Amino acid sequence: MDDERSGRPSTAVDYIAETRATYDALGYPPYRWVASTDDPPLATLTKPLAESRVALIASGGIYRAGQIAFHFKDDASYRVIPTDTPTEELRATHFAYDLRDARRDINVVFPIDTLRGLARDGVIGGMTDRAYTFMGGIYSTRKVREELTPALRDRVIEDGADVVLLVPV
Amino acid sequence: MRTPRAAFVDFPLGHTSGKPFEPELQREIVLAALTMATEPLAPATIRPLGHRWGHDAWRENPMGGGGGGAAGAPADGAGSASSGAAASERRTDSRVERFDTPQYQTEDDARLAAERLGAEVACAACVGFDA
Repeated sequence: MDDERSGRPSTAVDYIAETRATYDALGYPPYRWVASTDDPPLATLTKPLAESRVALIASGGIYRAGQIAFHFKDDASYRVIPTDTPTEELRATHFAYDLRDARRDINVVFPIDTLRGLARDGVIGGMTDRAYTFMGGIYSTRKVREELTPALRDRVIEDGADVVLLVPV
Repeated sequence: MRTPRAAFVDFPLGHTSGKPFEPELQREIVLAALTMATEPLAPATIRPLGHRWGHDAWRENPMGGGGGGAAGAPADGAGSASSGAAASERRTDSRVERFDTPQYQTEDDARLAAERLGAEVACAACVGFDA
């Protein structure tokens, strides 16, 4: 039964168990998952979405043609993607998911046309000028916690975001 | 990871914000997620959005990974519910090698980046590229 708090529909794939079993079967030491038990800080928008500037951060390995692509060995770098970038200049690279659909329509992991459409129709106030992308599957939680996350936080604040849409893969 | 709030989309990996070329579905998903920011919710609420992929074959190999999986299409023929043997068979090391050089989608991308940034740009320096 679906439960909003735990958010686990009965059909959901248990990726933690899957990964554990895969590592076991290959004879690798267990994958060391990081779990957070603290409640995250929660702020609720104080104005309507139609007046809010939305920032986009995605972890599906998206880059723009002409930028350096991500590499697959603990790459904790990020790319800055101007939100007026033509969709056909967007690319995806990643070691851990099937990229075929993302390469046909980047909106499945980077909803840029979706957000531009919502802005055009006045459903959201607009997008910030820059989106940020990185490639998930970073093994160093230290790099994520101490470098990547604070850098992205500072940038979206500087960009004047009211709300940030995080699109993980 | 515990985010302040999250919308859960029960689709194969790599389809967080919808199916390809279905802009209305993509819009519904994104709007459902954004709307949560306007609601008073308990911290770390996860809301399942209830969209269905259409078939369940992808669940047989959810860790399909870097291009080998069949997320976009029904499994071809292989059929029948997975026995224990089938389940362990698929646990071969299908993971992609962890290359430490940039993995471009196309060779043109690699050429373009080299032209703009210099062929010798080391990846260790690619933090926060505005280029």
